[in-house]
Amino acid sequence: MAYNLKEEMNKEERFHSGHRLCAGCGAGIVCRAMMRAVDPEDRAVICNATGCLEVSSFQYPYTAWEDSYIHTAFENASATASGVEAAYRVMKRKGRLAEDEHVKILAIGGDGGTYDIGFQSLSGAFERGHDFTYFCYDNNAYMNTGTQRSSATPRFASATTTPAGTESVGKKQVQKDLTRIMVAHGSPYVAQTTLFGTMKDFHEKAHRAIYTEGPTFVNVLTPCPRGWQYPADELIDICKAAIDTCVWPLYEVVDGEYRLTYEPKKKLPVEEFMSKQGRFRHCFKPGNEWTIEAAQEYVDRKWEELLALCK
Amino acid sequence: MSIRERMSGNEAIATAMRQINPDVFAMFPITPSTEIPQYFAQYVADGRVDTEFICVESEHSSLSACLGAEAAGCRAVTATSSAGLSYMNEVLYVAGSLRLPVVLAVACRALTGPININHDYSDSLAARDSGFIQLYAENNQEVYDNYLMAHRIAEHPDVRLPLMVCEDGFITSHAIENIELEEDALVRAFVGQYRPENYLLKKENPLAVGPYGVSAYYMEARVAQAQAMKNAKRVILEVAADFEAHFGRSYSFFESYRMEDAEIAMVLMGSSAGTAKACVDELRESGVKAGLIKLRVFRPFPGEELAEALKSCKAVAVLDKSEGFSAMGGPLFAETASACINLDKRPKMIEIVYGLGGRDFTVDAARSVYERLERIASTGEIGEVYTHMGQRE
Repeated sequence: MAYNLKEEMNKEERFHSGHRLCAGCGAGIVCRAMMRAVDPEDRAVICNATGCLEVSSFQYPYTAWEDSYIHTAFENASATASGVEAAYRVMKRKGRLAEDEHVKILAIGGDGGTYDIGFQSLSGAFERGHDFTYFCYDNNAYMNTGTQRSSATPRFASATTTPAGTESVGKKQVQKDLTRIMVAHGSPYVAQTTLFGTMKDFHEKAHRAIYTEGPTFVNVLTPCPRGWQYPADELIDICKAAIDTCVWPLYEVVDGEYRLTYEPKKKLPVEEFMSKQGRFRHCFKPGNEWTIEAAQEYVDRKWEELLALCK
Repeated sequence: MSIRERMSGNEAIATAMRQINPDVFAMFPITPSTEIPQYFAQYVADGRVDTEFICVESEHSSLSACLGAEAAGCRAVTATSSAGLSYMNEVLYVAGSLRLPVVLAVACRALTGPININHDYSDSLAARDSGFIQLYAENNQEVYDNYLMAHRIAEHPDVRLPLMVCEDGFITSHAIENIELEEDALVRAFVGQYRPENYLLKKENPLAVGPYGVSAYYMEARVAQAQAMKNAKRVILEVAADFEAHFGRSYSFFESYRMEDAEIAMVLMGSSAGTAKACVDELRESGVKAGLIKLRVFRPFPGEELAEALKSCKAVAVLDKSEGFSAMGGPLFAETASACINLDKRPKMIEIVYGLGGRDFTVDAARSVYERLERIASTGEIGEVYTHMGQRE
């Protein structure tokens, strides 16, 4: 069925307003869209890692979640989801849940809870093959604690633990390519997306991930106005710049087969992405031109690699 | 009819698990608890249980998976030891605060520094304030019986707390002893089913678990949890009474051995009690009024009852198989002493740390403790309050 934004927006909300996420934060958009990708007749259990989203969406006694939700700790969303999924299977087998009842098990965490401290738990759950979908809202740093660098922070970004200074041009290392690491786990469906346009790309990937049996992974570039330092209303423009510069290419991997889902008509220079954000401000100072060149070289190399994989 | 068998403590636990047939078992291997999931894996392989058995990648994840399964509406179990329990530590507290009655079997083993695989209580007693109920056992029979009572205590609506069934690593976990098992059907009838009122997978009513609790709410949650631990005292006795009615074996918070007129007494836990009882019998034959308290329930700590049992003694030695590094003794001593603080007439009390990392405890060692207590009782001189026993000088 063709994607229809109006119909999608007419669905009943399953992630409600009133949560405490910042204006201009992408995480709330991710959650609304993630829940729209669960068919209305199906239920869901959301397993959330500690982070901005958790403290903002379930502050006792209020919850923004219409579906069942569990948070236990920072590094174990995938292990918690494994337990929920095991429970779902055994309750069906023992007749405590009806055969025709469908409950989708979703895990969601930021890049800290996914790329870093939650990686062991994520990797283990994918190796075991639990039937769940992991959404990473990747905002490129530990935002809940105040923008400390993570393994998802791009090179040259100024974070509070890798600040730019007279002797520093921000983070020294490039980000971990987690999406491809998840492909290497043999997952039947892995995708990269972000927030732009009618959310068609996000929706189709999220829906396919949720309705593919086995452990599936959706990595969502999710800007953070505090950490990336941009005006709240520029969120979508930044996401668009990320895909048009190929800083964050859109693709999916189905049973190991790579497929590019968006190819910019004209690949823009990385400045278009970096100049919109205060975290790269130092890169534009005289004498630091090389940082932009190096960032461009890295993006070009990764893009060529991806194109080769998609052939 | 009870079934006479012989087996190790680990097999006794695995057998109890098989009889109970839990919904989910999340395992990660660590010596000396590893045999428990190994036996269980064979039960799964042979179709003797229909448990969802998942082999996770760490102890942190095994308990996390148990929490997910319990919150989803299932009875979930796991087992561990030593470093594994330490690695779970963060999640232990989450289990208690989420009020999820996971049952965790612990084959108690020393914590690393230096690495050691043998028995002491430095692992389980380090987790004493995590919100778990803790049951300890002298032998495999008690381990088995504690396990049969565990789910009913943990899952009781007035309790809803996670529970550790503790056995002594190798000494109990691996030594093969005689045991009386109960019939599968009788065990299942006694333990019953786990049917929580609310759970994640309940169709009629979605559930949100694990909120951010700001200062305006956090304390109420903690007080409710503390009340549940107090309630557990009553429930432990109720379940023990029903257990005795079903199976004939009697349990309480602790076993009082020849304490009726005891003037000197030891307080200890676990398999050492068997050794110490032999010494008490010898001393009684020679007219010494010696007694022994073997603590079964460390959490909730039965302070009032323990004080009542000790109040007529002249001198008491607490034996800790865990060095708490407080510079004034281990946890069992601290708790026993504080339990007695408001007695009008208190026994003199000393602390002896012993048996660390599997160091042997003998009848001679027990006798030397009673000899010290006799001197304290007759002279009123305590001497050094906190000492170690059994180490090289």
